[in-house]
Amino acid sequence: MTRLIGITRPAPGDWKLTQLGWIFSLAIFILGTSAALLGRWVEEGGPRKAMFTAAWCFGDGFLVSALGVHLHQLWIIYLGYGFIGGIGLGLGYISPVSTLIKWFPDRPGMAIMGFGGAAFIAAPLSVWLMTRFSTPSHIGVGETFVVLGLIYLCFMMVGAAIVRVPAPGWAPAGYVASAQPKPLVTTQHVYVYDALRTPQFWLIWWILCLNVTAGIGVLSQASAMSQEMFGGRITAVAASGLVGLFSLFNMGGRFAWSSISDYIGRKNTYFLFFALGTLLYALVPYAGSVGSVGLFVLCYAIIFSMYGGGFATVPAYLRDMFGTRYVGAIHGLLLTAWSMAGIFGPVLVNYIRQYNITHGVARAQAYNVTMYVMAALLIIGFICNVFVRFVHERFHMRAVHADVKVEGAPVFGRQ
Amino acid sequence: MMAPIRQAHGSDALKLVLAWGFVGIPLVWGIVQTLVNALEAFH
Repeated sequence: MTRLIGITRPAPGDWKLTQLGWIFSLAIFILGTSAALLGRWVEEGGPRKAMFTAAWCFGDGFLVSALGVHLHQLWIIYLGYGFIGGIGLGLGYISPVSTLIKWFPDRPGMAIMGFGGAAFIAAPLSVWLMTRFSTPSHIGVGETFVVLGLIYLCFMMVGAAIVRVPAPGWAPAGYVASAQPKPLVTTQHVYVYDALRTPQFWLIWWILCLNVTAGIGVLSQASAMSQEMFGGRITAVAASGLVGLFSLFNMGGRFAWSSISDYIGRKNTYFLFFALGTLLYALVPYAGSVGSVGLFVLCYAIIFSMYGGGFATVPAYLRDMFGTRYVGAIHGLLLTAWSMAGIFGPVLVNYIRQYNITHGVARAQAYNVTMYVMAALLIIGFICNVFVRFVHERFHMRAVHADVKVEGAPVFGRQ
Repeated sequence: MMAPIRQAHGSDALKLVLAWGFVGIPLVWGIVQTLVNALEAFH
Protein backbone atom coordinates (compact mmCIF):
# COMPACT_ATOMS: atom_id res chain seq x y z
CA MET A 1 0.00 0.00 0.00
CA THR A 2 2.85 2.37 0.76
CA ARG A 3 4.01 2.02 -2.87
CA LEU A 4 0.68 3.43 -3.96
CA ILE A 5 1.40 6.69 -2.17
CA GLY A 6 4.97 6.90 -3.43
CA ILE A 7 7.04 5.22 -0.68
CA THR A 8 9.32 2.73 -2.42
CA ARG A 9 12.19 2.06 -0.01
CA PRO A 10 12.30 1.05 3.67
CA ALA A 11 13.73 3.34 6.33
CA PRO A 12 15.84 2.32 9.34
CA GLY A 13 13.53 1.11 12.14
CA ASP A 14 10.72 0.11 9.79
CA TRP A 15 8.78 -2.96 10.91
CA LYS A 16 9.18 -6.05 8.72
CA LEU A 17 6.31 -7.35 6.60
CA THR A 18 6.34 -10.64 8.52
CA GLN A 19 5.89 -8.73 11.82
CA LEU A 20 3.01 -6.74 10.37
CA GLY A 21 1.39 -9.89 8.96
CA TRP A 22 0.80 -11.08 12.52
CA ILE A 23 -1.52 -8.12 13.17
CA PHE A 24 -3.99 -9.56 10.64
CA SER A 25 -3.53 -13.15 11.84
CA LEU A 26 -4.01 -12.10 15.48
CA ALA A 27 -7.16 -10.12 14.62
CA ILE A 28 -8.65 -13.12 12.79
CA PHE A 29 -7.64 -15.47 15.63
CA ILE A 30 -9.28 -13.21 18.24
CA LEU A 31 -12.32 -12.82 15.97
CA GLY A 32 -12.95 -16.57 16.09
CA THR A 33 -12.07 -16.93 19.76
CA SER A 34 -14.29 -14.05 20.91
CA ALA A 35 -17.13 -15.28 18.70
CA ALA A 36 -16.80 -18.73 20.29
CA LEU A 37 -16.59 -17.46 23.88
CA LEU A 38 -19.22 -14.71 23.61
CA GLY A 39 -21.65 -16.33 21.16
CA ARG A 40 -24.02 -17.51 23.86
CA TRP A 41 -24.03 -14.04 25.47
CA VAL A 42 -24.89 -12.51 22.08
CA GLU A 43 -27.69 -15.04 21.57
CA GLU A 44 -29.24 -14.67 25.02
CA GLY A 45 -28.55 -10.96 25.59
CA GLY A 46 -29.73 -9.86 22.16
CA PRO A 47 -27.87 -8.25 19.27
CA ARG A 48 -28.06 -4.61 20.41
CA LYS A 49 -25.75 -4.97 23.41
CA ALA A 50 -23.39 -7.05 21.29
CA MET A 51 -23.31 -4.53 18.42
CA PHE A 52 -22.80 -1.65 20.86
CA THR A 53 -19.84 -3.49 22.42
CA ALA A 54 -18.51 -4.43 18.98
CA ALA A 55 -18.63 -0.79 17.86
CA TRP A 56 -16.61 0.40 20.85
CA CYS A 57 -14.09 -2.43 20.61
CA PHE A 58 -13.55 -2.06 16.85
CA GLY A 59 -13.40 1.76 16.94
CA ASP A 60 -11.15 1.81 19.99
CA GLY A 61 -8.93 -0.84 18.41
CA PHE A 62 -8.12 1.64 15.64
CA LEU A 63 -7.52 4.48 18.11
CA VAL A 64 -5.17 2.35 20.23
CA SER A 65 -3.38 1.31 17.02
CA ALA A 66 -2.96 4.98 16.11
CA LEU A 67 -1.26 5.45 19.47
CA GLY A 68 1.00 2.49 18.66
CA VAL A 69 1.97 4.09 15.35
CA HIS A 70 2.57 7.43 17.05
CA LEU A 71 4.84 5.87 19.71
CA HIS A 72 6.30 3.38 17.16
CA GLN A 73 5.45 0.45 19.46
CA LEU A 74 4.32 -2.62 17.53
CA TRP A 75 2.95 -4.38 20.61
CA ILE A 76 0.41 -1.57 21.05
CA ILE A 77 -0.85 -2.23 17.50
CA TYR A 78 -1.09 -5.95 18.27
CA LEU A 79 -3.12 -4.98 21.34
CA GLY A 80 -5.23 -2.39 19.49
CA TYR A 81 -6.10 -3.79 16.07
CA GLY A 82 -5.24 -7.42 16.85
CA PHE A 83 -6.79 -7.97 20.29
CA ILE A 84 -9.33 -5.19 21.03
CA GLY A 85 -10.28 -4.77 17.36
CA GLY A 86 -10.43 -8.57 16.97
CA ILE A 87 -13.06 -8.77 19.72
CA GLY A 88 -15.04 -6.06 17.91
CA LEU A 89 -14.75 -8.03 14.67
CA GLY A 90 -15.96 -11.25 16.30
CA LEU A 91 -18.93 -9.67 18.07
CA GLY A 92 -19.79 -7.52 15.07
CA TYR A 93 -19.69 -10.53 12.77
CA ILE A 94 -21.94 -12.89 14.70
CA SER A 95 -24.46 -10.46 16.18
CA PRO A 96 -26.46 -9.90 12.95
CA VAL A 97 -26.40 -13.60 11.97
CA SER A 98 -29.21 -15.11 14.00
CA THR A 99 -31.17 -11.83 13.87
CA LEU A 100 -31.23 -11.89 10.07
CA ILE A 101 -31.98 -15.60 9.91
CA LYS A 102 -34.98 -14.99 12.21
CA TRP A 103 -36.20 -12.05 10.09
CA PHE A 104 -35.83 -13.96 6.81
CA PRO A 105 -36.68 -17.61 7.52
CA ASP A 106 -37.53 -18.06 3.82
CA ARG A 107 -34.03 -16.96 2.67
CA PRO A 108 -31.59 -17.95 5.41
CA GLY A 109 -28.68 -18.15 2.99
CA MET A 110 -29.09 -14.59 1.74
CA ALA A 111 -28.92 -13.13 5.23
CA ILE A 112 -25.13 -12.95 5.47
CA MET A 113 -23.39 -11.08 2.70
CA GLY A 114 -22.24 -7.66 3.90
CA PHE A 115 -18.89 -8.53 5.46
CA GLY A 116 -16.99 -8.98 2.18
CA GLY A 117 -18.00 -5.57 0.89
CA ALA A 118 -15.99 -3.66 3.48
CA ALA A 119 -12.67 -4.41 1.79
CA PHE A 120 -13.39 -2.46 -1.33
CA ILE A 121 -14.67 0.51 0.64
CA ALA A 122 -11.88 0.44 3.22
CA ALA A 123 -9.00 -0.13 0.77
CA PRO A 124 -9.52 2.94 -1.47
CA LEU A 125 -10.61 5.01 1.54
CA SER A 126 -7.42 4.12 3.41
CA VAL A 127 -5.24 5.00 0.41
CA TRP A 128 -7.09 8.29 -0.03
CA LEU A 129 -6.76 9.17 3.67
CA MET A 130 -3.06 8.28 3.73
CA THR A 131 -2.50 10.47 0.68
CA ARG A 132 -4.25 13.35 2.45
CA PHE A 133 -2.26 12.93 5.67
CA SER A 134 1.16 12.03 4.24
CA THR A 135 4.01 14.51 4.58
CA PRO A 136 7.66 14.27 3.54
CA SER A 137 8.50 12.94 7.02
CA HIS A 138 5.70 10.37 7.53
CA ILE A 139 3.00 8.51 5.60
CA GLY A 140 -0.07 9.38 7.66
CA VAL A 141 -0.93 5.89 8.95
CA GLY A 142 -1.68 7.11 12.50
CA GLU A 143 -4.11 9.82 11.35
CA THR A 144 -5.74 7.34 8.96
CA PHE A 145 -6.29 4.93 11.85
CA VAL A 146 -7.95 7.69 13.90
CA VAL A 147 -10.33 8.73 11.10
CA LEU A 148 -11.20 5.12 10.21
CA GLY A 149 -11.81 4.29 13.88
CA LEU A 150 -14.24 7.19 14.25
CA ILE A 151 -16.04 6.34 10.99
CA TYR A 152 -16.45 2.67 11.99
CA LEU A 153 -17.65 3.71 15.45
CA CYS A 154 -20.36 5.98 13.97
CA PHE A 155 -21.56 3.48 11.36
CA MET A 156 -21.65 0.56 13.79
CA MET A 157 -23.49 2.64 16.40
CA VAL A 158 -26.24 3.36 13.88
CA GLY A 159 -26.54 -0.39 13.28
CA ALA A 160 -26.71 -1.03 17.04
CA ALA A 161 -29.39 1.64 17.46
CA ILE A 162 -31.77 0.30 14.82
CA VAL A 163 -31.36 -3.48 15.15
CA ARG A 164 -34.47 -5.41 16.24
CA VAL A 165 -35.23 -9.03 16.99
CA PRO A 166 -38.56 -10.23 15.52
CA ALA A 167 -41.23 -11.45 17.90
CA PRO A 168 -41.27 -15.24 18.39
CA GLY A 169 -43.15 -16.93 15.54
CA TRP A 170 -42.81 -13.94 13.19
CA ALA A 171 -42.93 -14.73 9.47
CA PRO A 172 -42.71 -12.59 6.29
CA ALA A 173 -46.01 -11.81 4.54
CA GLY A 174 -47.16 -14.81 2.52
CA TYR A 175 -44.49 -17.11 3.94
CA VAL A 176 -45.72 -20.55 4.91
CA ALA A 177 -43.22 -22.97 6.35
CA SER A 178 -43.05 -26.12 4.26
CA ALA A 179 -45.12 -28.93 5.72
CA GLN A 180 -42.96 -31.46 3.91
CA PRO A 181 -39.65 -31.97 5.71
CA LYS A 182 -36.72 -31.09 3.44
CA PRO A 183 -33.71 -33.36 3.35
CA LEU A 184 -31.03 -32.20 5.81
CA VAL A 185 -33.18 -29.32 7.18
CA THR A 186 -34.30 -29.72 10.78
CA THR A 187 -37.39 -28.23 12.42
CA GLN A 188 -35.87 -28.88 15.87
CA HIS A 189 -33.31 -26.95 17.91
CA VAL A 190 -30.00 -28.10 19.37
CA TYR A 191 -28.50 -26.47 22.48
CA VAL A 192 -25.25 -24.63 21.80
CA TYR A 193 -22.93 -26.93 23.76
CA ASP A 194 -24.75 -30.10 22.63
CA ALA A 195 -23.87 -29.13 19.06
CA LEU A 196 -20.21 -29.63 19.98
CA ARG A 197 -20.97 -33.30 20.68
CA THR A 198 -22.27 -33.94 17.19
CA PRO A 199 -20.07 -35.11 14.28
CA GLN A 200 -21.92 -32.64 12.05
CA PHE A 201 -20.46 -29.65 13.89
CA TRP A 202 -16.90 -30.89 13.47
CA LEU A 203 -17.40 -31.89 9.83
CA ILE A 204 -18.73 -28.40 9.05
CA TRP A 205 -15.85 -26.96 11.11
CA TRP A 206 -13.36 -28.68 8.78
CA ILE A 207 -15.39 -27.76 5.70
CA LEU A 208 -15.20 -24.07 6.66
CA CYS A 209 -11.58 -24.27 7.78
CA LEU A 210 -10.38 -25.90 4.54
CA ASN A 211 -12.41 -23.62 2.28
CA VAL A 212 -11.17 -20.52 4.13
CA THR A 213 -7.54 -21.72 4.39
CA ALA A 214 -7.37 -22.00 0.61
CA GLY A 215 -9.08 -18.65 0.04
CA ILE A 216 -7.45 -16.56 2.76
CA GLY A 217 -3.98 -17.82 1.85
CA VAL A 218 -4.15 -16.55 -1.71
CA LEU A 219 -6.19 -13.48 -0.74
CA SER A 220 -3.43 -12.35 1.61
CA GLN A 221 -0.88 -12.67 -1.23
CA ALA A 222 -3.05 -11.86 -4.26
CA SER A 223 -1.37 -8.50 -4.88
CA ALA A 224 2.22 -9.81 -4.69
CA MET A 225 1.29 -13.01 -6.52
CA SER A 226 -0.26 -11.22 -9.51
CA GLN A 227 2.79 -8.95 -9.81
CA GLU A 228 5.28 -11.83 -9.56
CA MET A 229 3.42 -14.22 -11.87
CA PHE A 230 3.07 -11.55 -14.56
CA GLY A 231 6.30 -9.63 -13.95
CA GLY A 232 6.24 -6.16 -15.52
CA ARG A 233 2.69 -6.51 -16.86
CA ILE A 234 0.80 -5.87 -13.63
CA THR A 235 1.82 -2.74 -11.71
CA ALA A 236 1.31 -2.13 -7.97
CA VAL A 237 -1.71 0.09 -8.72
CA ALA A 238 -3.24 -2.51 -11.03
CA ALA A 239 -2.58 -5.24 -8.46
CA SER A 240 -4.39 -3.25 -5.77
CA GLY A 241 -7.25 -2.82 -8.25
CA LEU A 242 -7.34 -6.56 -8.82
CA VAL A 243 -7.48 -7.19 -5.06
CA GLY A 244 -10.42 -4.79 -4.93
CA LEU A 245 -12.04 -6.60 -7.85
CA PHE A 246 -11.61 -9.91 -6.04
CA SER A 247 -13.26 -8.33 -2.98
CA LEU A 248 -16.15 -7.43 -5.22
CA PHE A 249 -16.49 -11.09 -6.19
CA ASN A 250 -16.04 -12.04 -2.54
CA MET A 251 -19.09 -9.95 -1.64
CA GLY A 252 -21.06 -10.81 -4.77
CA GLY A 253 -20.37 -14.49 -4.10
CA ARG A 254 -21.88 -14.16 -0.64
CA PHE A 255 -25.10 -12.94 -2.19
CA ALA A 256 -25.14 -15.25 -5.23
CA TRP A 257 -23.98 -18.53 -3.70
CA SER A 258 -26.03 -18.21 -0.54
CA SER A 259 -29.11 -17.46 -2.66
CA ILE A 260 -28.34 -20.48 -4.85
CA SER A 261 -27.96 -22.57 -1.68
CA ASP A 262 -31.54 -21.69 -0.74
CA TYR A 263 -32.60 -23.63 -3.86
CA ILE A 264 -30.07 -26.44 -4.27
CA GLY A 265 -29.30 -26.97 -0.55
CA ARG A 266 -26.18 -26.27 1.48
CA LYS A 267 -24.54 -29.65 1.01
CA ASN A 268 -24.76 -29.45 -2.79
CA THR A 269 -23.46 -25.87 -2.69
CA TYR A 270 -20.36 -26.98 -0.81
CA PHE A 271 -19.91 -29.90 -3.21
CA LEU A 272 -19.82 -27.30 -6.00
CA PHE A 273 -17.32 -25.11 -4.10
CA PHE A 274 -14.93 -27.98 -3.55
CA ALA A 275 -15.19 -29.55 -7.02
CA LEU A 276 -14.99 -26.30 -8.97
CA GLY A 277 -12.41 -24.84 -6.57
CA THR A 278 -10.08 -27.82 -7.02
CA LEU A 279 -10.23 -27.39 -10.80
CA LEU A 280 -9.65 -23.62 -10.64
CA TYR A 281 -6.71 -23.77 -8.21
CA ALA A 282 -5.08 -26.34 -10.50
CA LEU A 283 -5.66 -24.01 -13.48
CA VAL A 284 -3.89 -20.97 -11.95
CA PRO A 285 -0.31 -22.23 -12.64
CA TYR A 286 -1.36 -22.91 -16.26
CA ALA A 287 -2.66 -19.32 -16.55
CA GLY A 288 0.74 -18.10 -15.31
CA SER A 289 2.70 -20.36 -17.67
CA VAL A 290 0.83 -19.14 -20.77
CA GLY A 291 0.86 -15.53 -19.52
CA SER A 292 -2.93 -15.18 -19.57
CA VAL A 293 -3.93 -12.38 -17.18
CA GLY A 294 -7.56 -12.85 -18.23
CA LEU A 295 -7.62 -16.54 -17.26
CA PHE A 296 -5.80 -15.75 -13.99
CA VAL A 297 -8.36 -13.07 -13.10
CA LEU A 298 -11.28 -15.31 -14.10
CA CYS A 299 -10.00 -18.21 -11.96
CA TYR A 300 -9.47 -15.96 -8.93
CA ALA A 301 -12.75 -14.13 -9.40
CA ILE A 302 -14.67 -17.42 -9.17
CA ILE A 303 -12.43 -18.70 -6.35
CA PHE A 304 -13.10 -15.56 -4.29
CA SER A 305 -16.81 -15.69 -5.03
CA MET A 306 -16.77 -19.19 -3.51
CA TYR A 307 -14.60 -18.04 -0.61
CA GLY A 308 -17.24 -15.45 0.27
CA GLY A 309 -20.00 -17.91 -0.57
CA GLY A 310 -18.54 -20.37 1.93
CA PHE A 311 -18.79 -17.81 4.73
CA ALA A 312 -22.28 -16.76 3.76
CA THR A 313 -23.68 -20.26 3.37
CA VAL A 314 -22.31 -21.72 6.59
CA PRO A 315 -24.79 -20.03 9.01
CA ALA A 316 -27.64 -21.45 6.94
CA TYR A 317 -25.92 -24.87 6.93
CA LEU A 318 -25.80 -24.66 10.75
CA ARG A 319 -29.40 -23.52 10.89
CA ASP A 320 -30.42 -26.52 8.77
CA MET A 321 -28.52 -28.88 11.09
CA PHE A 322 -29.15 -27.34 14.53
CA GLY A 323 -32.25 -25.08 14.20
CA THR A 324 -32.49 -21.33 14.77
CA ARG A 325 -32.56 -21.08 18.58
CA TYR A 326 -28.79 -21.11 19.17
CA VAL A 327 -27.54 -20.73 15.62
CA GLY A 328 -25.70 -17.47 16.42
CA ALA A 329 -23.81 -19.02 19.32
CA ILE A 330 -23.04 -22.20 17.37
CA HIS A 331 -21.85 -20.03 14.49
CA GLY A 332 -19.61 -18.22 16.96
CA LEU A 333 -18.04 -21.53 18.00
CA LEU A 334 -17.59 -22.51 14.37
CA LEU A 335 -15.64 -19.33 13.66
CA THR A 336 -12.67 -20.85 15.50
CA ALA A 337 -12.23 -22.60 12.13
CA TRP A 338 -11.67 -19.14 10.63
CA SER A 339 -9.12 -18.43 13.39
CA MET A 340 -7.16 -21.51 12.43
CA ALA A 341 -7.48 -20.77 8.72
CA GLY A 342 -6.27 -17.21 9.30
CA ILE A 343 -2.99 -18.70 10.49
CA PHE A 344 -2.75 -21.82 8.24
CA GLY A 345 -3.54 -20.07 4.94
CA PRO A 346 -1.04 -17.17 4.90
CA VAL A 347 1.65 -19.31 6.56
CA LEU A 348 1.25 -22.07 3.94
CA VAL A 349 1.42 -19.62 1.04
CA ASN A 350 4.31 -17.59 2.44
CA TYR A 351 6.48 -20.50 3.54
CA ILE A 352 6.02 -22.62 0.39
CA ARG A 353 6.82 -19.56 -1.75
CA GLN A 354 9.92 -18.78 0.33
CA TYR A 355 11.06 -22.42 0.20
CA ASN A 356 10.72 -22.47 -3.61
CA ILE A 357 12.59 -19.20 -4.08
CA THR A 358 15.37 -20.34 -1.74
CA HIS A 359 15.71 -23.50 -3.86
CA GLY A 360 16.07 -21.58 -7.10
CA VAL A 361 12.52 -21.62 -8.45
CA ALA A 362 11.73 -18.51 -10.53
CA ARG A 363 9.37 -16.05 -8.79
CA ALA A 364 6.77 -16.48 -11.53
CA GLN A 365 6.51 -20.21 -10.72
CA ALA A 366 7.00 -19.92 -6.94
CA TYR A 367 3.26 -20.22 -6.26
CA ASN A 368 2.57 -23.32 -8.39
CA VAL A 369 3.05 -25.90 -5.63
CA THR A 370 0.93 -23.76 -3.29
CA MET A 371 -1.95 -23.88 -5.76
CA TYR A 372 -1.77 -27.68 -5.96
CA VAL A 373 -1.68 -27.88 -2.14
CA MET A 374 -4.79 -25.69 -1.96
CA ALA A 375 -6.51 -27.94 -4.52
CA ALA A 376 -5.65 -30.95 -2.34
CA LEU A 377 -7.14 -29.23 0.74
CA LEU A 378 -10.39 -28.74 -1.16
CA ILE A 379 -10.52 -32.46 -2.03
CA ILE A 380 -10.35 -33.20 1.73
CA GLY A 381 -13.17 -30.67 2.25
CA PHE A 382 -15.23 -32.48 -0.37
CA ILE A 383 -14.80 -35.76 1.51
CA CYS A 384 -15.85 -34.11 4.83
CA ASN A 385 -18.98 -32.82 3.13
CA VAL A 386 -19.89 -36.33 1.95
CA PHE A 387 -20.18 -37.45 5.59
CA VAL A 388 -22.59 -34.69 6.75
CA ARG A 389 -25.88 -36.34 7.77
CA PHE A 390 -29.00 -35.37 9.75
CA VAL A 391 -28.36 -34.61 13.48
CA HIS A 392 -29.56 -37.48 15.67
CA GLU A 393 -32.74 -36.70 17.61
CA ARG A 394 -31.10 -37.38 20.97
CA PHE A 395 -29.38 -33.97 20.58
CA HIS A 396 -32.66 -32.06 20.02
CA MET A 397 -33.88 -29.64 22.73
CA ARG A 398 -37.17 -30.38 24.44
CA ALA A 399 -39.95 -27.90 23.48
CA VAL A 400 -40.07 -26.22 26.92
CA HIS A 401 -36.42 -25.16 26.58
CA ALA A 402 -36.50 -24.35 22.89
CA ASP A 403 -39.18 -21.66 23.27
CA VAL A 404 -37.45 -19.64 26.02
CA LYS A 405 -37.62 -15.96 25.10
CA VAL A 406 -34.43 -13.96 24.62
CA GLU A 407 -34.13 -11.92 27.81
CA GLY A 408 -33.83 -8.18 27.48
CA ALA A 409 -33.72 -8.25 23.69
CA PRO A 410 -35.81 -5.65 21.84
CA VAL A 411 -38.55 -7.36 19.84
CA PHE A 412 -40.38 -6.08 16.81
CA GLY A 413 -42.85 -7.41 14.26
CA ARG A 414 -46.05 -9.38 14.15
CA GLN A 415 -46.77 -12.86 15.41
CA MET B 1 -58.22 5.10 10.06
CA MET B 2 -56.48 5.64 6.69
CA ALA B 3 -54.32 8.61 7.63
CA PRO B 4 -52.13 6.84 10.18
CA ILE B 5 -51.58 4.01 7.68
CA ARG B 6 -50.46 6.46 4.94
CA GLN B 7 -48.18 8.21 7.43
CA ALA B 8 -46.69 4.90 8.43
CA HIS B 9 -46.06 4.03 4.77
CA GLY B 10 -44.43 7.43 4.11
CA SER B 11 -42.29 7.07 7.19
CA ASP B 12 -41.29 3.53 6.17
CA ALA B 13 -40.31 4.71 2.69
CA LEU B 14 -38.15 7.48 4.18
CA LYS B 15 -36.49 5.02 6.53
CA LEU B 16 -35.84 2.68 3.60
CA VAL B 17 -34.24 5.47 1.54
CA LEU B 18 -32.12 6.58 4.51
CA ALA B 19 -31.04 3.04 5.34
CA TRP B 20 -30.13 2.16 1.75
CA GLY B 21 -28.41 5.54 1.29
CA PHE B 22 -26.39 5.01 4.46
CA VAL B 23 -25.09 1.71 3.10
CA GLY B 24 -25.41 2.28 -0.65
CA ILE B 25 -23.54 5.57 -1.12
CA PRO B 26 -20.22 4.36 0.34
CA LEU B 27 -20.75 1.03 -1.39
CA VAL B 28 -21.19 2.59 -4.84
CA TRP B 29 -18.18 4.86 -4.26
CA GLY B 30 -16.08 1.81 -3.32
CA ILE B 31 -17.24 -0.19 -6.33
CA VAL B 32 -16.43 2.66 -8.75
CA GLN B 33 -12.95 3.17 -7.23
CA THR B 34 -12.31 -0.57 -7.35
CA LEU B 35 -13.33 -0.95 -10.98
CA VAL B 36 -11.29 2.09 -12.07
CA ASN B 37 -8.15 0.67 -10.41
CA ALA B 38 -8.81 -2.89 -11.66
CA LEU B 39 -9.00 -1.70 -15.27
CA GLU B 40 -5.30 -0.76 -14.97
CA ALA B 41 -4.46 -4.47 -15.03
CA PHE B 42 -5.85 -4.85 -18.53
CA HIS B 43 -4.15 -1.79 -20.08
